[in-house]
Formats: sequence, structure tokens, C-alpha cells
Amino acid sequence: MTRIAFAILAAPLVMFPFFAGDFYVNLASQILIAAIFALSLNLLVGYGGMTSLGHASFLGVAAYISALLTTRYGLGHGLAALLSIAGTTLTAAFFGVIALRATGLGFLMITLALSQVLWGLAYRMSNVTNGDNGIAGLTRPVPFGISLDSAASFYWFALIVASIGLVMMTVFVSSSFGSSLKGVRDQPRRMAALGFNPWMIRWITFIYAGFWGGVSGLLYVYYHKYIHPTSLSTTSSAEALLGVIAGGSGTLGGPVVGATLVLLLKNYASAYVERWNMLLGLVFLFIVLVMPTGITPGLHRLAARLRGGPR
Amino acid sequence: MQFWIIQGLNSLSLGGLLFLLSSGFSLIFGLMRLANLTHGAFFMLGTYFGATALRAFDGLNLWVTALGAGIVVAALGGLFERLVLTRLKSNPLGQVLVTLGMAFIISDACLALWGGDSIPVPTPQNLQAPTRIFGFVFPTYRLVLVGCAIGAAIALYLLIERTRLGAMIRAGVDDRQMARAVGIPVSNLFTTVFCLGAGIAGAGGVLGGPILSAYPGLDADMLPLALIVVILGGIGSLLGAFVGSFIIGFIYTFGTALFPELAYIILFLPMIFVIAFRPQGLFGRVGA
Repeated sequence: MTRIAFAILAAPLVMFPFFAGDFYVNLASQILIAAIFALSLNLLVGYGGMTSLGHASFLGVAAYISALLTTRYGLGHGLAALLSIAGTTLTAAFFGVIALRATGLGFLMITLALSQVLWGLAYRMSNVTNGDNGIAGLTRPVPFGISLDSAASFYWFALIVASIGLVMMTVFVSSSFGSSLKGVRDQPRRMAALGFNPWMIRWITFIYAGFWGGVSGLLYVYYHKYIHPTSLSTTSSAEALLGVIAGGSGTLGGPVVGATLVLLLKNYASAYVERWNMLLGLVFLFIVLVMPTGITPGLHRLAARLRGGPR
Repeated sequence: MQFWIIQGLNSLSLGGLLFLLSSGFSLIFGLMRLANLTHGAFFMLGTYFGATALRAFDGLNLWVTALGAGIVVAALGGLFERLVLTRLKSNPLGQVLVTLGMAFIISDACLALWGGDSIPVPTPQNLQAPTRIFGFVFPTYRLVLVGCAIGAAIALYLLIERTRLGAMIRAGVDDRQMARAVGIPVSNLFTTVFCLGAGIAGAGGVLGGPILSAYPGLDADMLPLALIVVILGGIGSLLGAFVGSFIIGFIYTFGTALFPELAYIILFLPMIFVIAFRPQGLFGRVGA
């Protein structure tokens, strides 16, 4: 039964480029990238109870390392990808050591400060990062001799990576380690009393989330063939966090739905209005005030209220 | 020698500005357990108000402008607190997200209203001439700014330690439930402190104008500095905000002057040390 449901769900995703135009295929690729990113942030926010406002660090670090290695040092894509993922994971390990000295709002402030430091570096160290001009003229990799330059081939590539990511993160949260993570989120003291090490569990999760953030960053830079400091900005972190919370944190489907909505909103809204940041802020206010638990539970509640009956 | 003295004074004046920014942030956090990410935007709003007023009315006094902008920003902050934040009383995460959303709205509205070019704020005429002390030349305005920050610090200290309002704030910081139980109107106190913090940031924005000038992204430049100051000094501690501001003022100014590309890394080294060895900050009593 689940296999049939899976096939019904997967078939249109795989076949999508055959019946959609390039514009929509490219949009779908961006959604896949945003979905991996949101899923990785959700490991922290939803399952670990660690609300990070600096997750864009990992996307940006991976993208910048890959861009620098391929352009400046002329490395091949395979090696550059390995090194950038390794570098991002190390960065996550380091940031985790600092940020996890605190929990709750302290954690949020430290992640925000750390990501702002990286953003400032990307802006100011212009002889390395090219500052406000960003790094342009990047190429996409050619895995097994298959060019990814067409919209469809890149979409399939992103789909494969996203599927692997979804499976790996699902395994992560449904494993016994995932259970202990949820335990640490809800009852850190009891977990410690039971002999678990809450700090270590959080740290491993932080590194794992950083790893997948780095993977989405690689896809991001492959897709855009360009990288700019804004991808490290608070706006970028906040968009992902909005996606996670809007969709429903602590669920596997929620962040995908939320990230899709944020991306579509951004694409369509920026066609009509210039003020994306203002819209983002308003959506934040709306979601937090009206649907604090996410869209799916929020819609149920809204429907109940419209019917006029008591909840 | 002149280089070191001038940079030293620049550090002090940046430290003073940072104190005006972070003291409010720290007070709000200490009492309300709320990381107010709108704080940088309040500061920027003050700078823009100041720039507009001072350019529109010739001969307008900078101090009056700072007071006026402080009151306007305090009123805006109060409205935000009453209309939005009070609805999210038991949801600290929601509160942070809302303040972040508000920060985006304000900074984008400033961009829409005032455009992308930076607007210089004129230095008051009677403070334009440099001051000579022991044969060294100092920009007078920066000296005055340091004086302002110290004045504000003393006023805040007296307010917190010597007045009835301050006693209520301290009670609220230490034990909110107990304070409520003995009849302190904690909810009104929240609004008062939020207005106060926003107002200081707004006035600080005007005073910082002649040095920084008003530009889009000022909020994003100032907020991380305030966060680092508060993490360094200890959340909720006025003394911590004061010491932290001047430490960061020095590190940032000398870092930018001596190693311009690495200023941001140098900035974050003291934060790492403090977090590693004293997670509650230099003068903090409570962990975040």
C-alpha cells in the first residue's frame, strides 16, 4: 500500500520535466534545494528544540568554498565538492562547540552573531570573496560525463540528492538516536539522569544539520553559478526558519511544504512588488500570531474558528 | 602617537554608541526574557529621523532632535509591545520571530522611504571645531558623545538602583512571579522597559548620526555588535553592557584600523573566550 502511494507521489516528480516548461523546472529545482536546507534546519529546530538563526552560514560556507576552489585554485568539481562539504562540517562542529554552551535564546543569539560575522567576512574580505560583487562565472559539475547545464538534467540531479537527503534525515530522526534527541529536547534533565549526554547529542545533531546545510549550499551554488554575501545574511537564515515554522516544525513533510511556499511567494511576489523583506516580515508576524504551530494544524484551527464553533 | 590617541577616542565614542544600543537590549532581555532583534532597527530609525529633521530645519538643536526621536521611537516600540508582543506572552520563540519580522519590516520601510543612498547627519556647528588638549587635536563631537554615554550610564544606574521604578524592575528581573505576587504590575513594567530601551536606542541613533550617517543596512551592522556586547558583558547586566561596549568599541576600531579585512574575526575572538570560560558573560548572573 505504501509502495503504491510512494509510486503515485514519486512518478510525477520524476516525470515533471517532460510536461513542464524550463521556467517551472528551474523553479522546482530551487524548491528542492530550499527543501533540503529547510529539512536540515528542522533537525535543529523541530527535533532538537534548538532554534538557530544562523543556518545560512553552512549554505554560504559550502557555496563559497566550492566557488573559490573551482575558480581560484582550478580544482575539479569532485574534489572541490568533497573539500567544501568537509569544510562546512568542520565549521558546524566548531560553531556547535561555541553555540551549544547556551540553550534557548542564548543559542539563537550566538548563532545569529556567528553567521553575521561570516556575512561580514564575505563582504569585507574582498580580495578573497570579491566582496559585494560576488563570485560569478562558476560552472556546474559533470558527474559521470553527464552535463547538468539543461534545466531538466539539473532538476533530476537535485531530485536524486534531495531524495537521498530526505531518506537519510528520516532515518536519522526515526533511529534510536533520533528518539534520544527528542528526549533531550523535551526533558534534558531526565535524559541526563538516565545516563545520556545531552550536550553530545545536540552537538552531533548540529554537525549533521550543518552537513546537510552544506549539501544544499553546494546545490545552490551549482544552480545559480554565482554566489553573493546575501546568501549568508540573516534574511537567508530567516527565510529557511520561516519555512520550517510555517510548514510545521518537528514533522518531516512540514518544512518541505513551508520551504515550497516561501520560495513560491518570493518568486511570485518579487515579480510584482519590490519589497520582499517587508513581505517576509509581515508573513512572519502573520504565521506566528495566527498559525504558531504551522500551516496544517493552523488551517484546521482557522476552519474551526470560521465555522464559529468553539474549538 | 596621534594615530593611537585618535583611534583610542574613536573606540571610546563607538563604545559609547554601543552602550546606548545595548543597554536597552540588555534591560529588555533581563526583565522580559526577550531577545529583541528589532533593536538595531530602532537605532537606525532614530538615525533616519534625526537626519531628516536636522536637514529639514536649519539650526535645529541635535540634543532636542535626539530627545524627540527617542520619544517617537519609544512610542513605536510601546505600540509594538502592546499590540503584538503581549499576545505572545508564553511563547518566547514566537516573540523573537516577531521581533525579527518587525526588524525586516522597519529596515525595508526605511529603504523605501529614504532610498538606498546614505544620508549624512550634520555635526552641530558649535562642536565642529576640534579641541586641543596637551597639544593633541581631538574631534570635539566624539568627546561629547563619550560624555553623553557616561551620562546615560549614570542616569540608568540611578534609575535602576535608586528609584521605585528601578526597584520594581530589579524585582521583576530576579523573580517575575514573586514580583507579580506582591502586587507589582509586571505587565505595565514590561511596556515601560520596552519603551525605555527602544527610546534609548532611537536617541542613540540620532547621536550616532554625525559619525555613522544614515544608510540602509545600518541596523544589520549594529545589531550583531549589540549581540556580541551583551553576550560578552552578561545578559541583563547594566555594568556588563557598559564594560562590554567599550571592549568591543576598542577591538572593533583598532581591528578595522590595523587589520581591516580581519576585523570581524578579531571581533569574535573575545566572544569565544568568554563563552568558553564564562558562559553567563563577564558580569551576568543568569545564564541565557
